[in-house]
Order: sequence, then C-alpha cells, then structure tokens
Amino acid sequence: MNRSKKLKVAILGSGNIGTDLLVKIMRSDYLECTYFVGRNEESHGIQRAKNLGVRTSTNSIDTLIEHADSYDLVFDATSATGHIIHAPILKALGKMVIDLTPSNIGEMCIPAVNIDSCIHLDNINLVTCGGQASIPLVYAIAQTQKDIQYIEVISSISSKSAGPATRHNLDEYIETTENAIRKFSGCDEVKTIINLNPAEPCIDMQTTIMAIVANPDIVKLQQFLDHTVAYIQKYVPGYQLIMTPTVENGRLIIMVKVKGRGDYLPQYAGNLDIINCAAIAIAEEYAQKKVERGAFI
Amino acid sequence: MKHLLISDPTLRDGSHAVQHQLSLENILFYAEYAEKVGIPILEVGHGNGLGASSLQLGQSLVSDSELLENCRLKLTNTKLGIHVIPGFATIHKDLKNALDIGVDVIRVASHCTEADITKRHIEYCRQHDREAYGVLMMSHMVSAAVLVEQAQKMESYGAQAIIIMDSAGALLPSDVYEKISNLVQNLNIPVGFHAHNNLGMAIANSLEAIRAGATILDGTLRGFGAGAGNAQLEVLVAVLHKMGFDTGIDLYQLLDFADLAERTFITTPHINSVSVISGLNGVFSGFAKPVERIAKEYNVDPKDIFFELGQRKVIAGQEDFILEIALSLSQKGLNISE
Repeated sequence: MNRSKKLKVAILGSGNIGTDLLVKIMRSDYLECTYFVGRNEESHGIQRAKNLGVRTSTNSIDTLIEHADSYDLVFDATSATGHIIHAPILKALGKMVIDLTPSNIGEMCIPAVNIDSCIHLDNINLVTCGGQASIPLVYAIAQTQKDIQYIEVISSISSKSAGPATRHNLDEYIETTENAIRKFSGCDEVKTIINLNPAEPCIDMQTTIMAIVANPDIVKLQQFLDHTVAYIQKYVPGYQLIMTPTVENGRLIIMVKVKGRGDYLPQYAGNLDIINCAAIAIAEEYAQKKVERGAFI
Repeated sequence: MKHLLISDPTLRDGSHAVQHQLSLENILFYAEYAEKVGIPILEVGHGNGLGASSLQLGQSLVSDSELLENCRLKLTNTKLGIHVIPGFATIHKDLKNALDIGVDVIRVASHCTEADITKRHIEYCRQHDREAYGVLMMSHMVSAAVLVEQAQKMESYGAQAIIIMDSAGALLPSDVYEKISNLVQNLNIPVGFHAHNNLGMAIANSLEAIRAGATILDGTLRGFGAGAGNAQLEVLVAVLHKMGFDTGIDLYQLLDFADLAERTFITTPHINSVSVISGLNGVFSGFAKPVERIAKEYNVDPKDIFFELGQRKVIAGQEDFILEIALSLSQKGLNISE
C-alpha cells in the first residue's frame, strides 16, 4: 500500500501515551499521522513529532475543528474530563474516535474479544490497561466454564509507569475494570486490585486472574487460551502467559506478564504499551475495512 | 506525666494470623473489653484493611459492613478505627459506607514510596470531619529522607498523624531512631510507630520510636498479628507505665483481658525460623500464612520462597507472586527431600 492510501489519523494529547502512539503509527502500513495536537509547545511529545516531520499544533481540539478535512480518525489521549468535551465535537464532525481515557463514553473494546462488533461504531473506548491485559483471560473463562461464581483481577505495575493521572484515578481504574469484567463474563461478583511496586530495576506489568468456578475444565480453558494468547501476541508482542490455568486452594488462577515494546515508553511500561497496541490494532482494522469497502482512492 | 496514644489493631493485624476468619462473636467480645479497659482506638477489619477481602489476600468471614455496624454499637469512649489501602478499597464502594456507619479514625495507607495514591481518600475523610492518619508501610525499604518526603505529602493532603509501619519486622532500633527522629523534626503532626516482631525487636523498637519523639504506638494483645506478631500490647503498656508514661489504659484489667482473650480465641504468635528469614529478607508479614500453605502444597521450603520474594522486592498486595515462585522452585526440582 502506498503512502497516499494510508488512513489519516490525528493524535489529541501530547503526553506519554500520545507520543508512544505516534512512534507506533510511524511504523504502520495502514496509518499515517497527519496531525499531532497538544497544548504545550515545549512538551517533549510536540518536539518529538516535529523531529519526525509530523504536523503539530498546540491549540488542542480547536485545531481539529479548524482542519477537520485533514484526518479521518482521532486517538484521544488526553483525560476523561477532556474526552467528555471532545466526544460530541468529534461526533458532529463525523470522525471515528478511539478513546484511551477512562471516560466511559464509547463502547468498551478489547481487540482479542470484540473488535468485530465495535469496528463500525464511531466512538470506541479502551477500558484500562489492566482491562486490556485481563479481559481476554476473563472472556476465555466465561466461554469455557460453567457456573462461574466470582472473578478477580490483580495487576502489579512499576511505580515509574504510573503517572500523576493514573495515581489520582486509581478508584476509576478499579471501577471501570470491574465493569468490564462484568460485561465480558456475565459474572456479577467481581473485584479488581492494583499494586504499584517501586522496585528498581522496574518490574514488568503482571496481571493475575483468580476465579471461583464449580468444576473447572482446565483442558478446554487451556485450548481456548492458546488461541487467545496467540491472537493478542499479534498486536502485543510482549504479552506472555507465565502461569497456565492452575487450581490452588479452590481458586482457578492464570497469570500473564506484559513487556512493552519500548517505543517511546520504556519496556517496563507494558501497562501503557498494551493499551496503545490495542488502539493501533483497532485503527488498522478500521483502515483495512475501509480499503475493502473501496473508501480510499 | 507524658501521655502516649495507644492504638490497638489486634482485630485487624491479628486477622492475618487466622486467615481473616475471626468470628463476629469473638470480635464483639473483644470490642466490649477494649471499651472496658480503656483502649483509646480499636482498629478492626481484614488484615489488609477495608475492601481487601479477596481471593488474592484471603476472604473475610465477616463482611466490612457487618463488622463495622456491630462494633459501632459496642464502642463509646474507645474510637472505632480502620485501615484503608487505595488500590484495594475505593471511596465509592467502601470508604463512603464505612464513614456512614460511623468510623472515627481512618488510617489511609500506602507502600512507603506511594503516598500520592492516598490523597483522595485522606481528603474525603477530612471533608467529612473524620480523623485521618497517613500510614507508610514497609518502611524498612527506604531511607529516612524518602519517608519524610512521602509523609509531608500526606500531611499536605490533611493527614493528622503519620504512622510508620515496620511491616516486615525488619528494622533494628538504630534504624527506627533515625527514621522517626527525622520525621518528628520535619512534620507538624504527631508520628506513630507500628512494630512487627520477626527479629524480636517489637517492644525495643517501639521504645526507640518514643525516644525519637513518636507519640503514638500500635500494640496487639499477646502480639496477635501477621507473621511473628506485633508489639505485645499488655507488655508495652506495662513497660510504658514503668517508664512513667500515661496511656489511659488500666493495666491490671488489660492483663486479665489478655488471659481471657487467649483462652477464647487469640493464638499467641511465636518467632519461628521462617519468621526470622522473612524479617531478614524484608518481606511483608502478612505473607506468612499463604507461604506456609503453598510451600506445603508444592513441597518446597518456605524459607526459599521468602528469600525469592525478598529478592524481587515484593510489596504487600502481591501475594499472587507466592504461587508463581513456589511453582518455579518446584519445577526447578528445589523440593524439600522427603
């Protein structure tokens, strides 16, 4: 595919998430970043975009309103409060939106689970980093087990990978992840725990699922997981199952580790990498669907 | 006579010792006596605090609501306290309810480097006119300077006291003196100390904290607490009285109460070999019971698990790592010989 046929995307938010997305897009066969929009000229993200030859602006959403013809899809990497303002504006402009904030506006999407039922929607929400890591496993349990009484998700991330917004929004992280577990499992009794570990060198993101299931069918679960994990690894190469389904003290336990790609963010920030990888996977799928429909020249 | 504030987390820290299976009957028996002997603050709940009942940490026999509602009815002069760790408990799901029930003292805790995650919980308690303390756990893992910086953040959020926890029972008296004296010099709010006894230092460290300027101490009856237990409350009170401090607690009634509680439900912790290794490796005391169980199941040495947990600098809340480590030790063939 030549350059002119790539899907034009804009990134809103020049922080760590937005900048890492940009680096990933530069590598994409299907996406081209035509606008990198922030608020602060001095920010590292804006400087990085300039060096990469990407058009930048510090007028945030106003730029996207003014230059609405320069892009088809927007990644919102600002904040939940930011997206509440941006969502109706981008909808009126008829743009596809992938929301990386916990705004709870768009349909929750986990590429390995429900990309096909989301791809036609104009606002897609990426839940949380813990949600991206855990929901495919939760879904695997839901699809293979009967009588699921309870599901719990525990994530440990390195302190350095948790910025001020994450720290301020731990409650929202927990409650959003719990809503997603309920939605994708159909189980009402759920719990989410998050630990920030300051160890140096920084730890990789690790997520554990613990469930109470009447008579666990481990063979069936493992078969399902083999497919799920292989699928996720296509868009998150550093995703690995470190404990296959194990029953201990009445608990069904699965554990994964997420190593980041180390694009803009360091490798230990697997929690940030996985949500960005999911965003790219959705945007690329959308771009390919558009090609199939002949929407590109 | 100088007054010291004693806070009693027997029913919270002791919860670890029985895998969070304290019965409501025993809890209420304890609360009634705590009021009678003049315990100033009684802290109750799951070992890891409010909202921590889970497969990861152990499910509580009695729910937070049931526990707090019933304890509230038993306490008049003794304040009802809870321990709250953001990351387990949210304001909306857990803290609001506890405040509605009428909890008096909320101790909002984080790992010793993560004070900023306590901001919203502390502010919420203060906005609702409750007493809120900041708690820094696993304090052996960082220097006095880092503790000061973290405690100052909590103070700026509105914390009315800072409690330093030696969660792993890893500190020696000289460490305690250095940490506490720096905090006392750099904070405008009272400083307290919570000891564990892995290295037999619980009472000595508590006294050292007082010498460094602390004015709040935690102690549990018979030392009933996670791992090797805490500073033994009745011994602590006896020693403090002998030193000329006032605690407001009736020592002789407390001693009778301790005998009675031991006959009823309290198991007196002791320092076993695993506790020593846990303390030397600086691992959270609450790991003792799950390590004991999992080591037995996978036929590996609990000391090896503690060593590896220490190597990985695992913190409270990461109990899932125990199973992963036990499995990998067992796969490497590092089983205990029969």
